[in-house]
Amino acid sequence: MTLLAFFIVNLAYGQSNMVLIKGGTYIPLYGRDSLKVTISDFEMDVYPVTNSQFLDFVKKYPKWKRSKVKKLFADGNYLMGWKSDTELSEKQSLNAPITNVSWFAAKDYCECQGKRLPTVDEWEYVAMANKELPDARALKSYNAYILEWYETPKTFNNDIGSTFKNYWNVYDLHGLVWEWTFDFNSVLVSGESRKDVDNDSNLFCGSAAVGATDLMNYAAFMRYATRGSVKAKYAMKNLGFRCVKNINK
Amino acid sequence: MKYFKLIILLFISILSFASCKQGASNKLNDLAVYKCVMGCEGKRTYNTPGSCLVCKMDLKAIENPSKVIADNAISDESIFNLTTIWNTEEGETIKLEDLKGKTLVLVMIYTTCKAACPRLVADMRNIEKQIPKNQLKDLQFVLVSIDPETDTPKRLKSFAKENHMDGLHWTFLQGTESSVREFANVLAVKYKQISPIDFSHSNIISVFNPGGELVHQQEGLGVDNKETIKTIIELTNKN
Repeated sequence: MTLLAFFIVNLAYGQSNMVLIKGGTYIPLYGRDSLKVTISDFEMDVYPVTNSQFLDFVKKYPKWKRSKVKKLFADGNYLMGWKSDTELSEKQSLNAPITNVSWFAAKDYCECQGKRLPTVDEWEYVAMANKELPDARALKSYNAYILEWYETPKTFNNDIGSTFKNYWNVYDLHGLVWEWTFDFNSVLVSGESRKDVDNDSNLFCGSAAVGATDLMNYAAFMRYATRGSVKAKYAMKNLGFRCVKNINK
Repeated sequence: MKYFKLIILLFISILSFASCKQGASNKLNDLAVYKCVMGCEGKRTYNTPGSCLVCKMDLKAIENPSKVIADNAISDESIFNLTTIWNTEEGETIKLEDLKGKTLVLVMIYTTCKAACPRLVADMRNIEKQIPKNQLKDLQFVLVSIDPETDTPKRLKSFAKENHMDGLHWTFLQGTESSVREFANVLAVKYKQISPIDFSHSNIISVFNPGGELVHQQEGLGVDNKETIKTIIELTNKN
């Protein structure tokens, strides 16, 4: 009996495969006026969403098929590598992360699982961990790993779980694909009369405050700048996503 | 007992999986189509019961909705593809598609804003002033709040009154955090909450044709709005 119960739990949770992220306060490299950001507890997918999972999603919600998707919600690169509406190409692995999806598709996918996309602050909070530490941002090895990945081509073809398991038991935040976030384009706001004076000093004051190295600046700057440069309907071959969920209290 | 709880848990997770929004919106479309009995808005129809935006009379369900739906076809790039539900300053709930048929002039603001928004609102009024009065009926000026928590329909209504934007051709919309973010992404408007009462956001006024396709965007504060007005007048003349 207990064994059966255990099995059912595993089934129910294995399906979603999420882990608890204990909230806390941290200083993002770039972002708000007030330097500190407080994150509440939440659950995060252990892995990015895979080709196989997205294939099931598209079959269930045909409006997200490549031939059906509205131009408003995805550009011409949407699911570009697939052989057809419901088939991957021979080169694509079922267990590789889904890429070439727009923000709208990613958001709808998460909502259809009763989840949501992580905010930039939540994503960065989890992603600043290495294997041992919740915040490894000041370590040379942590930053070198990320930068080395940025220089490695076609990591999006690798299977999920092929990078390291971090402090929170989450895989693949660095080393596989870039990931959509809910408010991805909210940081480098331009054209705001009060704030538009000197973007650079705004950008770098946060990192100066934590005594960051140049490596760290560079790695994070790449992420924030990329987020600021994409549009929600873009589908890019190195940009995937994972979902998070609020803790019901 | 423990076992029983788990079964319940399993059921709940299956149920929540099924309750995705696509299923919900399909159901809506299958229902009857509603129309103003006075015909003040021409062929315009609604998917939900409610009242006419012009004469405020109750809408009436009409027969053979299939034909009407065919008439209502919208293009791939129309913002009416967004199926989220919004509250207006009048306390009504609408879909963006309910604004179909008029040229839309749209801006995203929040009412507690002290810096840029008063200028944006002034720009909107300035644009309105330069449109010939007889064309205003073919236009809808829409102000979408990026602070749905603070900007309740009631607050939006009093903001409309204070700013002399309470006419029929002004609409204020309150969404949810998620629907507002989605909408901003369609418009390429960026915003971020920088404190509990303040947002930083880009200042963009967008013009849509009656089919909901983006035709023109004016970026910045107090900029020359000649192009924007020209676009609006061209669009309303075509109607």
